[in-house]
Amino acid sequence: MEARIVKSQEYRLKLEPYYRAVANEVELFEAAYKHQLPVLLKGPTGCGKTRFIEHMAWRLQRPLITVACHDDLTASDLVGRYLITGGETVWVDGPLARAVRVGAICYLDEIVEARKDTTVVIHPLADDRRVLPVEKTGELLHATPEFCLTISYNPGYQSVLKDLKQSTRQRFVAIEFAYPEAALEQAIIRHETGVSDDTAVKLVKFAAMTRRLKGSGLDEGASTRLLVHAGKLIAAGVEARAACRGAVAEPLTDDPEMLNAINELSASLF
Amino acid sequence: MSDNRLRVEQIEEALDEQLNAIMSARRNARGPAQALARLKRSEQDFVLRWVGVIAKTNAELAYQFALHAPQALTTLDRPGVEDWLIHAMDVYDSNGLYPAVTALEELPDYAAELEARVRGVVFDEVAGVLQLFVQGLSGRELKLESTCGEAYTDTTTLYLPQRLAVFPEQRANFRLYKAMAAHLWAQISYGTYRVARGDATIAIQPLLRLAREFGDPQKALRVFHALETIRLNARLRAELAGLHRDMLELQQSLGELAYPESWNSALGRLQRAEASVEDSYVLLPQLYHAELPTSLCYQGTLFPERVERAMLERLARERSAFTSALARLLQEFKHDRALAPTELLKRLRIEQNAEPTQAQSARFELYVGSQTIVPPLEMQTLMASILQDLGEIPPEYLVAGGDGGYVRNRLIRDPADVWKGVYHEEGALLYNEWDYRRQHYRKNWCVLRELDVHPATEPFVERTLEKYRGLVAHLRKTFEALRGEDKLLRRRNNGDDIDLDATIEAYADMRHGMEMSERVFISRQKLDRNIAVMFMIDMSGSTKGWVNEAERESLVLLCEALEILGDRYAIYGFSGMTRKRCELFRVKGFAEPYANTVKARISGIRPQDYTRMGVIIRHLSRLLNEVDARTKLLLTLSDGKPDDYDGYGGDYGIEDTRQALIEAKQLGIHPFCITIDTEARDYLPHMYGPVNYTLVDKVNKLPLKVADIYRKLTF
Repeated sequence: MEARIVKSQEYRLKLEPYYRAVANEVELFEAAYKHQLPVLLKGPTGCGKTRFIEHMAWRLQRPLITVACHDDLTASDLVGRYLITGGETVWVDGPLARAVRVGAICYLDEIVEARKDTTVVIHPLADDRRVLPVEKTGELLHATPEFCLTISYNPGYQSVLKDLKQSTRQRFVAIEFAYPEAALEQAIIRHETGVSDDTAVKLVKFAAMTRRLKGSGLDEGASTRLLVHAGKLIAAGVEARAACRGAVAEPLTDDPEMLNAINELSASLF
Repeated sequence: MSDNRLRVEQIEEALDEQLNAIMSARRNARGPAQALARLKRSEQDFVLRWVGVIAKTNAELAYQFALHAPQALTTLDRPGVEDWLIHAMDVYDSNGLYPAVTALEELPDYAAELEARVRGVVFDEVAGVLQLFVQGLSGRELKLESTCGEAYTDTTTLYLPQRLAVFPEQRANFRLYKAMAAHLWAQISYGTYRVARGDATIAIQPLLRLAREFGDPQKALRVFHALETIRLNARLRAELAGLHRDMLELQQSLGELAYPESWNSALGRLQRAEASVEDSYVLLPQLYHAELPTSLCYQGTLFPERVERAMLERLARERSAFTSALARLLQEFKHDRALAPTELLKRLRIEQNAEPTQAQSARFELYVGSQTIVPPLEMQTLMASILQDLGEIPPEYLVAGGDGGYVRNRLIRDPADVWKGVYHEEGALLYNEWDYRRQHYRKNWCVLRELDVHPATEPFVERTLEKYRGLVAHLRKTFEALRGEDKLLRRRNNGDDIDLDATIEAYADMRHGMEMSERVFISRQKLDRNIAVMFMIDMSGSTKGWVNEAERESLVLLCEALEILGDRYAIYGFSGMTRKRCELFRVKGFAEPYANTVKARISGIRPQDYTRMGVIIRHLSRLLNEVDARTKLLLTLSDGKPDDYDGYGGDYGIEDTRQALIEAKQLGIHPFCITIDTEARDYLPHMYGPVNYTLVDKVNKLPLKVADIYRKLTF
């Protein structure tokens, strides 16, 4: 058995990911990248943060290493660990260390979900030192100019536990994402799903309805991603109301009353 | 069996005893007693028991019940009778005796209603869904309420019938509710009540004025309503096709379809996309004498006077809110430029991206010269609402008060007005209260407000820490020891890291031909307390003096301990006087850090009035329930029984508090009480349960004990 070595080439995006700029986020990211500043993407789920970073990686022609953070993600998951291979201990880089070595864009998705110690690991990388100390091997990895640390964060969570510490957030250039304007969102849905104009208009209206319910029992309104799901189902021949129910209403909530209300709203449109 | 029955004299005596207060020479219990004597014994007991219960609320109501009970028992089953009775008592609570007696007298109606309930839909059941539905549709926030009559709106609230049983199936009746709500929403959103341009200063409902010009204003209104219904339906068909289809189906199943021929030209005109309420005004005189189409099942009725009242109130409020928001905005803007606000205002323009008919999706931009200011979200909402009423932001609104020093008049109002108008929405919350005598809730009985404790500047916290410095050091030590650190567990089946010692050992074992151990990992044990605790502090008048002092000291020491532990906690003080003024004083919210403001508020805790505990527990449970924690604790610091000015004392208060605590437990909250009342053993076990309270018999011991009790409770 051989240690798994991932070639950074595999992380390069070959095709341009579809992305429509909402405001000046592309220029802002490019400027931050040029000046080696880490970037924080803020915004509700499904509004295009991940798609944006993919697009930027393609645009800048850098490999993109994405880590989906979860509450059991430890510092050593990011930095690396010793594994035993062929009777010997072998050091294997974690995704963050790998990104630092090859000068990739490292994207830590939903950073607040990770354990607190992981957010501290990124601190020396996220200021002007741009180093990653690897405790286990005694190495100090200096980031190349191409390396870029990007994290994402959803400020919509009301939980006190899921908040980003000031010491972390004040290291980043922040780009805020919101759901796109109606016309743009319609264009995105049409492009991603191939539904008719009329359906796209209705889906966007439906999303606006659910977004008005935020705070009255819904934590979040329907995201662009959910609309794309619904659109794909409709394009595949599923009846529109059923598609909205399956792709939007049910993922949004489990509360029967709220489900009922959302279904009534979609039924009003289609 | 018949021997078992109570005789007339016995019943008369029992009634006399209960209803003594309202009996006179001309009115005695003889009549009802004779009727009741013919009932079965179990029915007699049932009636007499309820007479006793109602008499505690109102003797006259009890007498009326005794009069109607025999008939009620023949028409309804026993739960039905109870329903009817509780309904009357609810009416008594909200509207007084006379309407309550009427409610009792309307027994046949009630019986019919009960039957309709089986197939019908009740407002309360669907209000939640409809509220969300309307909120999803609407721009302006609309409330839903039930009404005894037909559906209507005053542009602030949608009033829907209490019950619908038009169709045989529930589903169809629900759809009718939805159609009604949508129709009323459309009236508001598509400008049925819009005041014509330039009229903002007079702001009288054009509808009201117009109706008066006709010989029969009611008829004019009906014609206008029919015209508007055509227009609104056309709009709904364009924008909410599914809903419109539903509404058509409802109409079809009731056979309401055709319009008289004389309406054809009106139909054409109103169904154009650009038709507005002006078209209806123009068409009204032409069709005033024509045959009226059947009114549709969901259209309800129009009350221009109520619209006028709500609208005037709102226009005034929003205008003042708008001008002060504008003043603030310009104030901020001024910081960058050297321009006087008056100068700025002259250059101010508003641009909106949508026609007034699409107010719910309008976005606004303010221009000063060529500079754009994007107004904040709340101002956008405000402007959208003004747009719905007036169709534009009138130029006279573009005045800001001087340097932003615009202060809105603050009204001083009587607490008793709480159920009138919109007063009760301004920061007040309504809660039910348990009446143990009725074994039912009194609905929306208590009015609760959350207030901030007035912070005191005295260095109380510092003084306390100094006074108990020995104890504080001890507390720190104990709690730090308790907190512990993450523990490393070696030789695990799985974990974050490899346990090298174990691995080498295992490797060596393997080399020797022995079985290799799988336990070669180190895992980190998270010491995750995940506790949220809510402190509920008695601020009643009886705590005056050293009890209050001891409470505050306890809080200071507790906060010290909790800061070490890292548990999430909130502190609220409670007091109040009568059900109309229950007050909750926020000392520290869950999200607030233990900073100087909180310390100043702890110092500022002062004795107030009474202790109406039930409503407080209900509210705090709700707050606690919103916190995401594995363990939730509601800790009460109290000095006595629940008590209030308006008959909350004694069993009533204890039972309501107990009920509120049971509700809290159902939410997964652990209530616990620390008291200094030496008589607490008489009632606390009943309220909190035998193990969920502690009695601290010496007040000066309280600060020492509370932290200790907390430690015992949570470890």
